[in-house]
Amino acid sequence: MDYVLNLVLIIIVAIFVNNVVLAQFLGICPFLGVSKKVDTASGMGMAVTAVLVVATIVTYLIQTYVLNVFGLEYLQTIAFILVIAALVQMIEIILKKTMPALYQALGVFLPLITTNCCILGVAILVIQKDYDLLQGIIFALATGIGFLLAMVLFAGLREQLDLVDVPKPFRGVPIALITASLLAMAFMGFSGVDGGLKILFGLQ
Amino acid sequence: MNNFKVLVNGIIKENPTFVLLLGMCPTLGTTSSAINGMSMGLATMCVLILSNFIIALIKKLIPDMVRIPAYIVVIASLVTVLQMVIKAYAPEIDKSLGLFIPLIVVNCIILGRAESFAAKNGAIASIFDGIGIGLGFTIALTCLGAVRELLGTGAIFGITLWGENYGMLMFVLAPGAFLALGYLIVLFNKITKKA
Repeated sequence: MDYVLNLVLIIIVAIFVNNVVLAQFLGICPFLGVSKKVDTASGMGMAVTAVLVVATIVTYLIQTYVLNVFGLEYLQTIAFILVIAALVQMIEIILKKTMPALYQALGVFLPLITTNCCILGVAILVIQKDYDLLQGIIFALATGIGFLLAMVLFAGLREQLDLVDVPKPFRGVPIALITASLLAMAFMGFSGVDGGLKILFGLQ
Repeated sequence: MNNFKVLVNGIIKENPTFVLLLGMCPTLGTTSSAINGMSMGLATMCVLILSNFIIALIKKLIPDMVRIPAYIVVIASLVTVLQMVIKAYAPEIDKSLGLFIPLIVVNCIILGRAESFAAKNGAIASIFDGIGIGLGFTIALTCLGAVRELLGTGAIFGITLWGENYGMLMFVLAPGAFLALGYLIVLFNKITKKA
């Protein structure tokens, strides 16, 4: 029972309390780059979520069955980034063959995901936090959903920004950053929720 | 373009943070104080100079098709070495930068300069480009860190200017990072472009 409650806690913390973009600053490039329209933002969010889950599974298995076994922990960074780059390519090819409709929707975002730091970041975090495979998958999925949520909210706000007259030096990225700041402030309202939930679930 | 021009170009005209808007994750994530921002900037600069130099030297050996994976391997190896050096000689920096040290691998500035400069220019010019862009990044991170530290805790580089009670804690936390960077870019635009 405690194990299940722990999973619920991981989900809530990863989506709201420690949001990957607004609290941990991972994946800022796509957050600022492809958030001008809600539909592209949600497409990017979904692509990142899918790659996150697959990449976490593969990197976890490599860490436990290859790197740890042969004492090669120091190769973690190199191994992970290569695996992620290869994986993104592979997902692209498979999607193109099997699900052309989904490929059409996500296609342009896939190559960009390799250099999205939240993929490598989450893969390393799962190892650092000593999660088991199921916890790692749940953590990756929840992080992806958190990313999707932040992207969609932010894109909605930016669509509104197009309609107002912004002072000249603020146009473009600066006003987007200030908007992101307000969004991050709103998400700060969730801080401390994790502690409360821990007591509520009786995990302490 | 002579080497001095390449160097200044990286600091002002192609400043990675304020103009090109690259490498935003470490920019926002590690600048809770001036010293953290500066160490992140210097760490990135080390990797950037070495990766530019190595890639400029071996660019003729790499087939065009696999150049991006090859660059990534070079960069990842350098980052791994840097990670070990920092862990061994400066454990307190390792603690404060944490996850962001391995994440230098996916910093778009480094891959971007490899692709757009080192792959086209000689080894010496590439070193100067690395120094210029690296300095631009370090200066930007130090400025952002100093502003956040000053507004957040009333201190700069750990030297207290006014009491901590007058600081706005928000600037050390996540929202302040976005806000301070937004206003710094506005200021940079105002000064350089006379907008």
